[in-house]
Amino acid sequence: MTEPSTPTRDVTVAAKPPGPEQLANRYTKVQSRDVNVYYGEKHALKHVDLDVYENEVTALIGPSGCGKSTFLRCLNRMNDVIDICRVTGRISLDDHDIYDPSLDVVQLRARVGMVFQKPNPFPKSIYDNIAYGPRIHGIAHGKAELDEIVQKSLERAGLWKEVSDRLDQPGTGLSGGQQQRLCIARAIAVNPEVILMDEPCSALDPIATARIEELIDELRENFTIVIVTHSMQQAARVSQRTAFFHLGDLVEVGETEAIFTNPEDSRTQGYITGRFG
Amino acid sequence: MQTFIVVLALLGFAAVGYTMGRARSIMTAGGTPKGLHSLPSYYGAYTAMWIGLPSLLLLAAWLIVQPQIVDGLVMGGLPSAMTEGLSSSEYGLLLNDIRNVATGNISSRGDDPAITAAAARLSGLHDTGFILMIVAAFGIGAGGLAVARSRISPTLRARNTVEKVINVILIVSSLIAILTTVGIVLSLLFESFLFFTHVPFYEFVFGLNWSPQTALRADQVGSSGAFGAIPLFVGTLLITFIAMMVAAPIGLLSAIYMAEYADPRFRAFAKPMLEVLAGIPTVVYGFFAALTVAPAFRNAGESIGLDVSSESALAAGVVMGIMIIPFVSSLSDDVINAVPQSLRDGSYGLGATKSETIRSVVVPAALPGIVGALLLAISRAIGETMIVVMAAGLAANLTVNPLEAVTTVTVQIVTLLVGDQEFDSAKTLSAFALGLVLFFITLALNVIALSVVRKYREKYD
Amino acid sequence: MTDATSFPPGTGSGGRPTDPARRPLVVSPHLARRYARERRFRLLGLASVATAGLILLILLGSIVSKGYSAFWQYNVDLTIEFSAEELNPDGGPVDMETLRRANYLALVRDSLKREFPDAAGDRSERRKLYGLVSPNADIVLRSMVLEDPGLIGTTQTVTIKLSDDMDTFAKGYIDRNLPEGDRRVTDLEIGWFDHLNSEGRIHAAFNVDFFTQGDSREPEEAGIYGALIGSILTLMVTLLVSFPIGVMAAVYLEEFAPKNRLTDLIEVNINNLAAVPSIVFGLLGLAVFLNFFGLPRSAPLVGGLVLALMTLPTIIIASRSALKAVPPSIREAALGLGASPLQVVTHHVLPLAMPGILTGTIIGMAQALGETAPLLMIGMVAFIVDIPQSFTDPATVLPVQVYIWADSPERAFVEKTSAAIMVLLGFLVLMNAIAVLLRKRFERRW
Repeated sequence: MTEPSTPTRDVTVAAKPPGPEQLANRYTKVQSRDVNVYYGEKHALKHVDLDVYENEVTALIGPSGCGKSTFLRCLNRMNDVIDICRVTGRISLDDHDIYDPSLDVVQLRARVGMVFQKPNPFPKSIYDNIAYGPRIHGIAHGKAELDEIVQKSLERAGLWKEVSDRLDQPGTGLSGGQQQRLCIARAIAVNPEVILMDEPCSALDPIATARIEELIDELRENFTIVIVTHSMQQAARVSQRTAFFHLGDLVEVGETEAIFTNPEDSRTQGYITGRFG
Repeated sequence: MQTFIVVLALLGFAAVGYTMGRARSIMTAGGTPKGLHSLPSYYGAYTAMWIGLPSLLLLAAWLIVQPQIVDGLVMGGLPSAMTEGLSSSEYGLLLNDIRNVATGNISSRGDDPAITAAAARLSGLHDTGFILMIVAAFGIGAGGLAVARSRISPTLRARNTVEKVINVILIVSSLIAILTTVGIVLSLLFESFLFFTHVPFYEFVFGLNWSPQTALRADQVGSSGAFGAIPLFVGTLLITFIAMMVAAPIGLLSAIYMAEYADPRFRAFAKPMLEVLAGIPTVVYGFFAALTVAPAFRNAGESIGLDVSSESALAAGVVMGIMIIPFVSSLSDDVINAVPQSLRDGSYGLGATKSETIRSVVVPAALPGIVGALLLAISRAIGETMIVVMAAGLAANLTVNPLEAVTTVTVQIVTLLVGDQEFDSAKTLSAFALGLVLFFITLALNVIALSVVRKYREKYD
Repeated sequence: MTDATSFPPGTGSGGRPTDPARRPLVVSPHLARRYARERRFRLLGLASVATAGLILLILLGSIVSKGYSAFWQYNVDLTIEFSAEELNPDGGPVDMETLRRANYLALVRDSLKREFPDAAGDRSERRKLYGLVSPNADIVLRSMVLEDPGLIGTTQTVTIKLSDDMDTFAKGYIDRNLPEGDRRVTDLEIGWFDHLNSEGRIHAAFNVDFFTQGDSREPEEAGIYGALIGSILTLMVTLLVSFPIGVMAAVYLEEFAPKNRLTDLIEVNINNLAAVPSIVFGLLGLAVFLNFFGLPRSAPLVGGLVLALMTLPTIIIASRSALKAVPPSIREAALGLGASPLQVVTHHVLPLAMPGILTGTIIGMAQALGETAPLLMIGMVAFIVDIPQSFTDPATVLPVQVYIWADSPERAFVEKTSAAIMVLLGFLVLMNAIAVLLRKRFERRW
């Protein structure tokens, strides 16, 4: 494994492939080894080994039902919510097994945040939506600090200018793209290390999508991001590394540029050239 | 019973008509159904309708009109000395006596020869009317059969006609619901209007004293009775409040537990259990309240030096609350399940625990639905009758002390209308005024609750 | 860099650790508090469900423990002299009419007097002695003699019911250790009872009369048969009226009705009717069926009509959801073959929806079976001994019988009431079980 180190900060261009220095300094934030997921009898994910590097965007692509969302939900144990779901293998965050019984799932999710396919703001005010996470985790002490967190989070999600004058209005009243940025702001308000995004743009129009993609690239500076996407263009635009799933197998993983220009596996080739999926 | 047999016979006649119409249609088409516009069975149904509809309608009209005519004839035949100057209630009593004698029951005036004669006349007319009715019904049925037979031809669009008639029948069926409401409103309004000619409206609505027992003789004390309904309203609200204090927390928390925590095996056991609680007739709860809960509360109160009435509002309210628990929990369960999973996921994704998610996301999101459910429960508690009839008091105490006996609107309706009564007295009519209040309050609660719940459902659909 | 708890977001550095050890996956003390709250909340929910369950147990337990003993009855074997002087005082050939009118109670009383000659002197003691057995004991003797007039002049051992107080005593509900003034039976009566009991002449038997007789003022004679028949007649009317109308209304609203103001109104109306207090339906029945149309009071016909109006919304709502569950593809397929809309409904949609409709109907009928309040309004609360024979005979129904008995002061009626409730609940369980079976058997997922 690579030594943990401070990566360089000069990466500003969207989806710019990491340079050689960076490649050498990569720190494995999340590591999965031989991960299997079963839904009752169904073997949904088979023997997945995948490393997610810090301060990079890792895209998970593949046809519907290939297991990419399932894998994503393993990373912050959202599968726990589903009764019949069973996970084996090892997933570690900073070398700690996240399925270790002594580990607390609530604590884990505070560190591994999530943004969902459909924007799901709580039926509360914009302010309360953002403040919810800090409140339950006891992050903020006092109103002033909470106000600051809310403002900073909205600013980083690029939503502050649009909503600063109506923080007390319901979050459900925003447009779809705004709602999704609100959800992103809500996730970063807890100050996670990793943000998981499950097709965050699939319910949005192209302009809102572009806005979110820009945001993802900005967020990469401070967070590690794993994104599931249906759109190969999106994966190419925002990610540094891409993993291709097919029928529960992790077929291929590598630098995004390499995957899209020179895939090793014929299935990957078939998918990205549009033969199936 | 006899009428029932006549109805069955008419239906049998229509069935015969069905086969005749069928056969006739095939015959007119030259022995094969090929040339017919519709299937032969439609010609059969066409004929059956021509027989059944007019004759059954006639039967219904006859049954409504005949008693009035017969009564009129019988009373008209009495010596004028007996009927002159009778008030409408006395007239009714007399008629009732005649009817009793005619059916062989004992009557106070059974030995009066004029009454006996009138009774004989009544049963005679009754029998004649019955025979005439049968003849008329079957006559009109036969006429229908003749019309249908003459009309059946291969070009008759039997199917369209039959379907049109069925459509009308369907519409009439669905209008019954409206008719019921109209019936309720009109009858309550009419009787209440009569009541308010006896007792001023403001006295009923704002009066603090309720004692409807009008005295037998006009010169007795309190002969007019007092009809101030405030003690009843307060009593009803008190018991409803106690019931909701029991039902709302237990019902809601049960619903939350069942929807969010319970595993399927626990649900498979607990849901039917709550359904059993919901399926128990209210009279059983009343018995339970009167014989088990009220004495238990009384004894418990005695042991700590409290004077608890044996018909305390507390006992009735608590048992009513128990009855409403499954109602609250099943409605809230639906409402909570309608909260989209994505909201829960959003909260879990931020690292919230289950109870934090429930309290800060699920319940607030479901709040309108929960409020609607609680309103429906309140409406139910206000209208509940048997528990309070059996476990609450009769005396209209104006108090909010749950350890004392209070009475409710429904209790008074039952006491006023059960047993011997003369219609038109203020005492009897006051029950309808109370019924009117009850109907409109529950109606308002239901309309609000249903619209709140509907809006809520639309939001998440 | 900062640690997890004091880190203010948005300071630019993010949560990226330079050293994994600085952010250990260890639970903070704050979290322990949150989990304690979680456990408390969960426990509260479980406690609520458990409370509901406990109450149900107490309710059923109290009814069963009070009522199970009503299913048997204590009797006493008495030697009865069918003396000819008493039964046929004029002598001569036996005349049925004379036999019917003879004083059979005297036979019972003579027998008791022979049994306990000491009590014969004092009037109040004598009355107590006669009170050992049911005041209706003569009916048994009369029917014996009418069946076989040859019994006259013979002496027979006849099994006769104990009176309600003695039966209650025999069942152990009256504590003989209480001071005499505090209990319903006196020491004298207990002495007689013990004497008869020591001779083995008191024994319990299954209380057949409870299931075969109508109501009575005497608890030991009272049965539920009349109320049962009344319930059946009433429910027949309810079913005959509400099922066809309910299904037709549902079919119209779901399959044919245009979407307009009127159908909206009907829809709102049905939902509201379902929540109108049942007693209001009783007022409707009283004002419209009894006073306006002049139908007979206390009749199953009127009761059935009132309950039909009350169950109609239940049936309509259940039928509509059953119809809604039939997928549109089936309708389209049938329409595509040229079936008329009515044919589509009668040939395809209704048969598929029928299990759901029947389930809803049975549930509605179960509700109607347990309903009491509206029937009180139309006079079905009268004391009726005779078994109703037709839809217009005065009758009562099971739940009203429960109400009447619950109001009676005699201790023995408590067990009768509880037993009647057990029978009523038995029927409800049966109906609901059928509904559940139907649903399970025909459940279909599209």
